[in-house]
Amino acid sequence: MREIDVSKIRDTIRDLCLKANFELREDILRALKSGLSRESEPRARKILKALIENARIARRHRIAICQDTGILTVHLEIGQNVVLVGGSLAGAIDKGVEEAYRVGCLRKSVIGDAISSRENTGTNTPAVSYIDIVDGDRVRITVSPKGFGSENKSVIKMFRPTDSTENIKEFIIEAVKMAGADACPPLVLGVGIGGTFEKAAYLAKKALLRPIDKRNPKKHIGKLERELIKDINSLGMGPMGLGGKTTVLGVNILETHTHIAGLPVAVNVSCHATRSAEKVI
Amino acid sequence: MKVLKLNMPLTKDVIARLKVGDEVLLSGFLFTARDAAHKRLYDLIKNGKPIPLNLKDAVIYYAGPTPPPPRRVIGSCGPTTSSRMDPFTLPLLKLGLCGMIGKGERSEEVRRAIKKYGCVYFLAIGGIGALLSTRVKMAKPILFNELGPEAVYKMEVKDFPLIVGIDSKGNDIYAKTKWKTK
Repeated sequence: MREIDVSKIRDTIRDLCLKANFELREDILRALKSGLSRESEPRARKILKALIENARIARRHRIAICQDTGILTVHLEIGQNVVLVGGSLAGAIDKGVEEAYRVGCLRKSVIGDAISSRENTGTNTPAVSYIDIVDGDRVRITVSPKGFGSENKSVIKMFRPTDSTENIKEFIIEAVKMAGADACPPLVLGVGIGGTFEKAAYLAKKALLRPIDKRNPKKHIGKLERELIKDINSLGMGPMGLGGKTTVLGVNILETHTHIAGLPVAVNVSCHATRSAEKVI
Repeated sequence: MKVLKLNMPLTKDVIARLKVGDEVLLSGFLFTARDAAHKRLYDLIKNGKPIPLNLKDAVIYYAGPTPPPPRRVIGSCGPTTSSRMDPFTLPLLKLGLCGMIGKGERSEEVRRAIKKYGCVYFLAIGGIGALLSTRVKMAKPILFNELGPEAVYKMEVKDFPLIVGIDSKGNDIYAKTKWKTK
């Protein structure tokens, strides 16, 4: 057994929150640059250049990439040979988040209840945490601050088991059209296929964590991702929905088992400032 | 693409000359307000009460900035989604609000009101809050401070980069985009 003090998890979460909010993911930055090299429309080019310049300023001056520093999703994969000591894990997660949002001058966007007082908790906590127990004696920590401009455009549909891949594609493309300019295109799409109602949504969220230039290793799923990228980029929506070839930077699908009667599909819409950071301890 | 340098307060003459798609560098004082502040202003107006904000010829920026890091006037401060403010916008336009800054589309009702009152809706690029913060000279919360990031700020901007999204004739930059389903 390996002992890990929860204070180490707290500090890691703090550091990762700061990194995710100040440093745009390398895969996203590469995709913005490659989008720029393909665009010919002056307005689309100008916007993509502004996004790249924004990432540079944020990294250099330690200012949040986007003012919507989000509600924080924390994914923990805890090896089953790990013993957590030194206090409560849930407390350590929220303390790490709180500290980052205070010292990093990040916006506190979390309210304590949804329809009663809607009062800001003032700390950007609680985070939304997902914990998986895995083999081994390590802890993988991934944080993802996500804004609600894009989160609000996310959709889920319970398809018939007999529906075709074409039906699923149409649904995903429709989600992009409905998201429109509000979700800050060029978008990143996380798609969850299979599981149950909530599992599909969880997979859609988790899919956003994968580098967008890595296709799903399952051949037919990777192919579906490539087809969706091509189809969505032919919509002409472009950056800010003002026209252009760069409408999505990436489409990441995660697929899993499901019930004979069902085929859940969830689309977690994310913006060009899709943020996450990860560390294994 | 024309780039026009404009100073606030904006006069109706200046606004009337702006055309959808024009690029603008805006300077001067504006107010920020987002969902919670809009709801409060709307409720005051609905109940026949005066609002503690002079909106005559004012511009509202739909934004909730991050707090200022040391030695900076403001943190990241890009636009939020404008359509969430649509249900609260008409009474503010009636009180003299002449411009709005945000991201994304507006409702048909708001587009018509922009035309009726001869106002303008500007787009700011979403998700470039760090870059936009370099164009902010001063920012201080002046109303509903208890709302934290949702408080109303008075903000001075210099050469704030915008695109005319809906002009005073009611022309909408998103009206003819081919990706739209309806």
